[in-house]
Amino acid sequence: MVPIAYYLLLAAVLFSIGIGAFLIKRNVITIFISIELMLNAVNLTFVAFAHQWHQVSGQIFVFFVMVVAAAEAAVGLAIIIAIFRTRQTLNVDEIDLMNS
Amino acid sequence: MNSMPANYLWFIPLLPFAGFLINGTLGRRFPRSLVSAVALLFTAVPACLVAWLWSTMLGTGAPDVLHAATRPWISITGFNVDLALAVDHLTLIMLAVVTGVGFLIHLYSVGYMAHEEGYWRFFAYLNLFMFFMLVLVLAENFLLLFVGWEGVGLASYLLIGFYFQKRSAADAGRKAFVVNRIGDFGFLLAMFLLIVHFGSLSFSQVFGAVAAHPEWHGAGFLTAIALLLVLGAAGKSAQIPLYVWLPDAMEGPTPVSALIHAATMVTAGIYMVARAHVIFDQSPAALTVVACIGAATAIFAASIGMVQHDIKRVLAYSTVSQLGYMFLACGVAAYSAAIFHLMTHAFFKALLFLAAGSVIHALSGEQDMRRMGGLRSRTPMTFLTMSAGVFAIAGIPPLAGFVSKDVILYQTFASPNPIGKLLWLIALITAGITSFYMFRLWYKTFFGELRLGSERDPGNAHVHEDEHDRAQAVHPHGVHESPWIMLGPLAILAVLSVVGGWIGWPAAFGGSDHFEHFLDPVFASTAALHGASALNADQVSHGLEWGLAAISVLVALGGWYAADVLYRQRPGKSTQLAMRMRPLYEVLEKKYWVDEIYQSFIVLPLMMMTRGVLELIFERGVVNGSGRASAMLTRGGAWFVRRQISGNIRSYAGWLALGAAAVLAVMVFGHSLLVHL
Repeated sequence: MVPIAYYLLLAAVLFSIGIGAFLIKRNVITIFISIELMLNAVNLTFVAFAHQWHQVSGQIFVFFVMVVAAAEAAVGLAIIIAIFRTRQTLNVDEIDLMNS
Repeated sequence: MNSMPANYLWFIPLLPFAGFLINGTLGRRFPRSLVSAVALLFTAVPACLVAWLWSTMLGTGAPDVLHAATRPWISITGFNVDLALAVDHLTLIMLAVVTGVGFLIHLYSVGYMAHEEGYWRFFAYLNLFMFFMLVLVLAENFLLLFVGWEGVGLASYLLIGFYFQKRSAADAGRKAFVVNRIGDFGFLLAMFLLIVHFGSLSFSQVFGAVAAHPEWHGAGFLTAIALLLVLGAAGKSAQIPLYVWLPDAMEGPTPVSALIHAATMVTAGIYMVARAHVIFDQSPAALTVVACIGAATAIFAASIGMVQHDIKRVLAYSTVSQLGYMFLACGVAAYSAAIFHLMTHAFFKALLFLAAGSVIHALSGEQDMRRMGGLRSRTPMTFLTMSAGVFAIAGIPPLAGFVSKDVILYQTFASPNPIGKLLWLIALITAGITSFYMFRLWYKTFFGELRLGSERDPGNAHVHEDEHDRAQAVHPHGVHESPWIMLGPLAILAVLSVVGGWIGWPAAFGGSDHFEHFLDPVFASTAALHGASALNADQVSHGLEWGLAAISVLVALGGWYAADVLYRQRPGKSTQLAMRMRPLYEVLEKKYWVDEIYQSFIVLPLMMMTRGVLELIFERGVVNGSGRASAMLTRGGAWFVRRQISGNIRSYAGWLALGAAAVLAVMVFGHSLLVHL
């Protein structure tokens, strides 16, 4: 059996990559993908712990997260398309209307 | 008459205070007659109360000490101070001097200040002074005495600076205040020591404790307390090294000089030493210091007084010198002699100042004796009364000054103190100088020709024109006798200066030493300690007393003769003499440069310290700097935080991540960190 630490380590690495990409990348879609990456890193820990403690609630949480992520992807992609239509760019640094 | 209820004692100080409140708040709107009526009423009634008190205390079966009902004032664990008044025979004398002379001077002021601006202010301050002075002499503990002590200092400051628009007057007021603060510092420390060692400031408790422990004789802490009290007394009573404020205090109106700076306030130090005589008796070292300070001050100030030209300054230095006599008397444990001289001095010095005021009044504000002269015929009443004062202070028998000074001289000579004879010699020389400068003043003012018209000496920058009588200058140079309201007090004081000494006429001259016996209950412990020998000596050495008196009279007459030769018979001679002894004359004329020495060795370094260290480093550096630094910190922090609101989504996310990481770190490592701490 693979020790839980490995799962957690993998999840941490995935999450860090997600954060790094979120902070560094400028393309909205890439940022979006990095958010998905972080979500899945969290999912991975949930599943790992559920497996470790033989508790099903962790897996149920993962389903919820997936559902929310799917909905979020739909809404987010719609927003991205709307942004692209109005501003002709996907660079977040140029999307700064709210900046005082 | 019925005896006075002890609680009426409270009225004695509080009535002048009421007068102060009335004149101080409403006086501005009152007509002058009402202002003076209020001021006079509220000093006359306490004077009557004091008279009643006298008859009570002298009645048969009256207690030696009368206590008024007390009220707790400060009450903390192990330490209590009451608002307590008490009267014994010493206080009685002081009360009589303060209210009696005080009332006469109030009366005089009505005439003297008649044309002044700020009439109501003057009388309000004068009543305030009376209040504090009466608190001072009535107090039953050191703290209440200190309240009066500070209060008279305040009143003195206000009255010296009465003409506050004149720079020199304002400066003189400040100088008096600051110099007095130095003395007060000593007084405060003495009180702290008293609290530490006795846990009380009440006279009866402290003195009772000291009296109960004869083994404390010469103990270090008693000497320390006594010396600190001496520092306080030296400030208030203008003794070396703190006498410098008194000559400058002559910037105030002349009645103020008479009341505060001659008759009453400056004697507070002597009163305090006499009051604390139980402590001083146990500390021979402190007593010797007191005697030396007194003798040194007496001759030092008298020598300066010889060459002053301002009539009030001569009297001021004379006051310092006479206060030195009183200190000397205290220093040889002859407290009753000191108080006796205090009383007679109050009479004749108040008289001299008031008469000088009358002269100044007559000459429309002129104070320089070089421009006076020949006033004998023009102001005959002033001349007569002032002559009484001059003869009294010069020590011509049988006037008051002779009697009291003679007692001091005799007590000094007879004291067991090893340097008693030397102190006596100094005091004797001082008596001669006193006689000389007083007759010099007398001749220059009242004899010869009036020199008012002559040109002012251009080299003399020290002419202190009293602001007084700018209004009077309206009738220019009409030399006039003063009104009766000024002459009345002069006449009464002149009579007192003549006969005031007779109540203490020494036994050696067929008297009964009544004054000394009157104070016996107060100074009984002293008599028990030293007096056994001294009092017996009284009985056996009348011959000695006669001899000493004869010497002092001869010296006084010698001083008179010298003044007579120099200022009447051969008027030009004094200038010649001054030219011949140029260096000596200059030293005296410049008052030994004491003011200059203080200026360069104390005031200047202090100012440099203040400006350089305190202002530059502390005020600008620490105080202002800390304010500025905190402002900069806030501004910098705000700038940094503001920069974060950039609208840049990734920087927000970065902060969010950083915050989450920080929370995580605290959750994971915080516990172990706390354990280590």
